[in-house]
Amino acid sequence: MTETVLESVRGRVGEPVLSVRDLSVSFRSDTRTVHAVDGVSYDLHPGEVLAVVGESGCGKSVTSMAVMGLLPPTARIGGSIRVGGRELVGAPEKELQKIRGKDIAMIFQEPMTSLNPVLTIGRQIGEVLRRHQGLSRKEARERSVDLLDLVGIPAPRSRIDEYPHQLSGGMRQRVMIAIAVACDPSVLIADEPTTALDVTVQAGILEVLQSLRERLGTAIVLVTHDLGVVADAADRVLVMYAGRSVEEAPVHDLFATARHPYTRGLLGAVLRPGGEGKRRLPEIPGLVPSLDSQPDACTFAPRCSRADDTCTAGRPGFGSVDPGTGTDAAHRAACWHPYGAGEASDTLTATPATEPARPDQEAGK
Amino acid sequence: MTAAQTVPAPRDSAEGAADQQHPVLRIDSMERHFAASGGGTVRAVDGVSITVGRGEVVGLVGESGSGKSTVGRCAVRLDEPTGGTVHINGTDITHLSRRAVRPLRKDFHLVFQDPSSSLDPRMTIGQIIAEPIRLHRRARGAAVRERVEELLAQVGLRPEHADRHPHELSGGQRQRISIARALSCDPDLVVADEPTSALDVSVQASVLNLLADLQRDRGFGCLFITHDLAAVEFLADRIAVMYLGQIVEQAPTAELFADPKHPYTQALLSAAPVPDPVLQRSRERIVLHGELPSPLDPPPGCRFHTRCPLATERCRTEVPVLRELPGGRQVSCHLVGDDGTAPDAAV
Repeated sequence: MTETVLESVRGRVGEPVLSVRDLSVSFRSDTRTVHAVDGVSYDLHPGEVLAVVGESGCGKSVTSMAVMGLLPPTARIGGSIRVGGRELVGAPEKELQKIRGKDIAMIFQEPMTSLNPVLTIGRQIGEVLRRHQGLSRKEARERSVDLLDLVGIPAPRSRIDEYPHQLSGGMRQRVMIAIAVACDPSVLIADEPTTALDVTVQAGILEVLQSLRERLGTAIVLVTHDLGVVADAADRVLVMYAGRSVEEAPVHDLFATARHPYTRGLLGAVLRPGGEGKRRLPEIPGLVPSLDSQPDACTFAPRCSRADDTCTAGRPGFGSVDPGTGTDAAHRAACWHPYGAGEASDTLTATPATEPARPDQEAGK
Repeated sequence: MTAAQTVPAPRDSAEGAADQQHPVLRIDSMERHFAASGGGTVRAVDGVSITVGRGEVVGLVGESGSGKSTVGRCAVRLDEPTGGTVHINGTDITHLSRRAVRPLRKDFHLVFQDPSSSLDPRMTIGQIIAEPIRLHRRARGAAVRERVEELLAQVGLRPEHADRHPHELSGGQRQRISIARALSCDPDLVVADEPTSALDVSVQASVLNLLADLQRDRGFGCLFITHDLAAVEFLADRIAVMYLGQIVEQAPTAELFADPKHPYTQALLSAAPVPDPVLQRSRERIVLHGELPSPLDPPPGCRFHTRCPLATERCRTEVPVLRELPGGRQVSCHLVGDDGTAPDAAV
């Protein structure tokens, strides 16, 4: 892969390549409306890895699908999504097709269902190159070999004529990445790219993503539920809960001094391998709220040990955790009573979830 | 009733309390070979021996294709091994007929990964939990309902949940139902196959706490099958690591994590990312090259030699045996000394 094509597509340093403002997504059916995303904003800078984390149903994947313009027609989308200065919300499909694959590309959790089983991998990578870059069949093939090499597929010249079923899960995901970066997009959205893979394979995929960022300057939105992956790969982290942003911070700040009680709960509940011995895991009491409405209140309040009347009376703004100084503007949280930087977490009660069940929430993937 | 109730084995001292002399589960040299469609034999499980003592939690760890789930299915006779034996409470169940196994099923139960596909959607929660109780005639009439409500309380749910259907519950609650059903006849052995892998982090924490509490209170033996190293460290007293149908290392949990001997175990532990950016970014990661070989045609010599960064000529030709090391450990690697000195695959 050549580094020469890089500079042309990159925006000026400091200007975000992807800018999401006040994004809201709702799905309406005959019986109910689901407010999957409610007022999410973030910026992604060139060469940056932003992790979007949260549990099932928090809206992290819907946000990504909205950015790609891949939501079904039943979705109502509000707010703004700008890629390289162009507005994507409300843009005609034809316009989106030009941008997708070229400026912004996506990889999914399950590479087998994203690849066409009856076409060779060379054909599938070449398709993108021929469509967006107008390469000839021969040029496309040469470039495909380079791309397979870039994503760490051994013997790319022979592998290029194989079909997806001949490859392992990890190799398929590498092929997906090769297709995604074929046109050197400025933004790559990786939605749970390693979730279906074994840990030893995951390690390799994370290294490929890292090398893309280093060699091509690709900015990556890494959507994941795995805090280990976040700790490994992210520069900055956005934590989502029930469709809203609850905290955003540089990765080290988030893990060292999380301010939002939900983030603290999530970090507390995660298992840490290696020598901690047997302790009782802190649990977050209760269940995630229904997305039938997005009330004018903190939606984490019913599960929060710090909640009081303020929390149920109004929705907290998503602002800097230290508004006075302005130095910490990169660290933001939506909470009326955020933890101080050095404050210890309240002991989370280990009450089992005995609240009435709400179907479709908290469910496994 | 069962011995499990009279001999509670506290988890913390399980190494001492677990009764190794009369294990609840003893698997000897188990093989499960399948005929491949294009000819040849898939050696999914190829000579695995594991025992689970009374009140002991044994973790069976491996990546996809290692054969760990097949071991679990054969252990509870959802599948029949093609070689070796399975004893539960001293009874050989390896080749018993379905009918002959049925009355024994009260003693062992399997918890599956995905509670939404392992619970019958047309039955109420009460019916699902009551089914084994009725089949094994553990209670009748009003006592069944009483028992169901007792079990619901034990897994942190309320009596009125008995009248709901699985789709009305969340994923975490459904897994609690699977656990309640598994425990309904006071089994001596629970085989749990990835019971928390489909759950979110915070839900996973509560289900793991529940399993740990119940196991401590009830003292059942447990074969905990998972790819999740952190979960197995949380729950297991002892861990066996599988690679390509065979056990490559087996050790008490703390020892395995502190000092993994087999290069594969070392790679596995180093690859699992730690949720701490400072620690994670300073860790040495052993990246394995090459692909998992096909169980249709496993490599000669040590099965791991094709991906092992330390493989020697001997590893390519001579099959290592699983041998005993000091401290109740076992390892199958030519490079590990009899005194337990092991090479570091990261160097």
